[in-house]
Amino acid sequence: MTEPRFEHPPEEAAISYLADGHSLRSWFLTTDHKRIALLYLVSITFFFLIGASAAALIRLDLLTPQADLLTNEGYNRAFSIHGIVMVWFFLIPAIPNVLGNFLVPIMIGARDLAFPRLNLLSWYIYIFSGLLTLYVVVSGGVDTGWTFYTPLSSAYANGAVVATIVAVFISGFSTILTGINFIVTIHKLRAPGMTWGRLPLFIWSHYATSIIFVLATPVLAVTLLLVAAERLIGIGVFDPRLGGDPLLFQHLFWFYSHPAVYIMILPALGVISELITAAAHKRIFGYWFVAIASIAIAVIGFMVWGHHMFVSGQSVYASAVFSFLSIAVAVPSAIKVYNWTATLYKADIAIDAPLLFALSFIGLFVAGGLTGLMLAMLAIDVHVTDTYFVVAHFHYIMVGGSVTAFFGGLHFWWPKITGRLYNETLGRIAAVLILVGFNVTFFPQFLLGYEGMPRRYHVYPPEFQVLHVISSMGAALLAVGYALPAIYLIASLLPGGRRAPANPWGATGLEWTTSSPPPKDNFTEQPVVARQPYDYPLAHPASRDDG
Amino acid sequence: MLVFLASEVMLFGGIFAAALALRLEHESAYGAAAHHLNLWLGTANTAVLLTSSLMAAIAVQAARDGKPAWAARALWAAVLLGCVFLAIKGAEYAGDLREGLMPGTAQAHFEGTTQHLFMNLYFIGTGLHAVHVTIGLGLLVVAALNRQARHDQHAVLIGNVALYWHLVDVVWVFLYPTLYLAGAR
Repeated sequence: MTEPRFEHPPEEAAISYLADGHSLRSWFLTTDHKRIALLYLVSITFFFLIGASAAALIRLDLLTPQADLLTNEGYNRAFSIHGIVMVWFFLIPAIPNVLGNFLVPIMIGARDLAFPRLNLLSWYIYIFSGLLTLYVVVSGGVDTGWTFYTPLSSAYANGAVVATIVAVFISGFSTILTGINFIVTIHKLRAPGMTWGRLPLFIWSHYATSIIFVLATPVLAVTLLLVAAERLIGIGVFDPRLGGDPLLFQHLFWFYSHPAVYIMILPALGVISELITAAAHKRIFGYWFVAIASIAIAVIGFMVWGHHMFVSGQSVYASAVFSFLSIAVAVPSAIKVYNWTATLYKADIAIDAPLLFALSFIGLFVAGGLTGLMLAMLAIDVHVTDTYFVVAHFHYIMVGGSVTAFFGGLHFWWPKITGRLYNETLGRIAAVLILVGFNVTFFPQFLLGYEGMPRRYHVYPPEFQVLHVISSMGAALLAVGYALPAIYLIASLLPGGRRAPANPWGATGLEWTTSSPPPKDNFTEQPVVARQPYDYPLAHPASRDDG
Repeated sequence: MLVFLASEVMLFGGIFAAALALRLEHESAYGAAAHHLNLWLGTANTAVLLTSSLMAAIAVQAARDGKPAWAARALWAAVLLGCVFLAIKGAEYAGDLREGLMPGTAQAHFEGTTQHLFMNLYFIGTGLHAVHVTIGLGLLVVAALNRQARHDQHAVLIGNVALYWHLVDVVWVFLYPTLYLAGAR
């Protein structure tokens, strides 16, 4: 919160960033972080559709125990492209590059990110690598799975493996540039009075994410480079015939990819902290615990990669240590869940669509987290390794967690981003549909996996068919749940859509002190911060009740 | 810039981790494989690159002291030494090729899998480093040609380019003992 005089800036104070230029050039060569965020929003939505189409093919094929829709090769390509697109072109950029890009500068009272041109460059790199991935899809695809395990990827796989690797390699630069930009911005561009202890928790989680961006992504880059070198010129360190060791690939790959899981979930945790406090109209319970938990997750997350390799033949002592550390990383995550529920306790709660998304996030995150603890136990992991149990677990975190939080955040900040109010009733329906559809899709997969259904197979014994059919039905419901917001959010942009006031939720935070949508420079005057974050109570505004 | 450099260090981290693991597992074979490298060329290159890095540091100091002509001279000296480094490296690669130590080529022959893997790591590590040297040389040339940068008493551009050049140097300082000195007898 700042001085009260910023709470309701006059409507005509400054031209909004959306009205400042309508040419294509003003969008594609913009350095405004808000416009770049919208460029990202459109592009990740596009890649979400591609990844989702691949998922639809997979679920349709799994309706029957035989292979009747896709060939073996086609099925491998479908799940590979689903994983690659969803991880690198949707989940990783989704929250940081859309919501983070839009909000990080505004939340700390800055006019833009520290390096605006670098920000635009990072979008172009992302688009270039995305187009390369599309080229892979049309030129025959790739069948290694998103993990590119050697020696399959380096010696045996057919298809455009190298092109895919190059695409992912290039997209890493986009990620690193974003990480650098966020870290420097948060260090250097905070408004007067915005001390570290007054940063919104959204900022803390993006800070932690950026650390992983910068330190983990290059390890993936060099790993993929080594695979490409082995495939192309025979200089390899993974193929035993060349003196290498395939397990080395798994170590290097998971050294990146486990932190990458936290890249996908940490920003979501930050979104939920904002949603919960705004709906509860209460100060967050244990600010410092939630803030430091983000950093702790980022740090411990670097030391747990071995839990992906319990059955790979690594030393049992290493496995025991990785098991212990993997259980330890649950502690900061649990702290956050407890603090959110404690924040909601005895609060005057406004049950709007963002809160419904936040509540389903908490439920799904707890389910995903607890099954994660089971997987961290050596004995259980050996039983369910490479089964649908693992698939269900990480979809609970990635889809139930990250995607739900992304939708919640999109609804929460939609009035700020576009200046329009969406249909609140439809928003609540969508939140419930997504929650139900998600559980119907993925809960049966826990059962499937525990009973022994392996992942990445499309021909299976008939006794698994009932659960697979339920799962596919749930996926259809989930698709409706995801399509619904696309309809009413776009409808709110049409002429005649209701205009949003500066602060429709009655929330604290600098982003709610400027107009909706914000002017090009975010604020008409330099904000000065004089209070703690989440300094409620703030009156519920009347405008919220007519939703 | 420093944050970006941290990212670069992690890029090389994977290769170092692999090399150190190899040495722990097969200590004597690793030493024997390293012995085949030309220690003297490696040592000469270390001296060349360290001097070049010194030149970059002098350029930063000269710009800060308001001596643009000296800054430019020091930068060109750094560029020249960087080219010398690449030339020596090229000569060394040519020698390796003649001795059949270049993986992926027809005449390659190795004494065992450890040596094979060692040479793979050697080429990927030094090759990736050489790519960075080339990028660094480009940056140094840009800085040397930029009039404004020479006259900037805060030395923002020259300072950042020099930081990158130091990174290239530091990576080599670790590659040198890991690959060359491990084989010294």
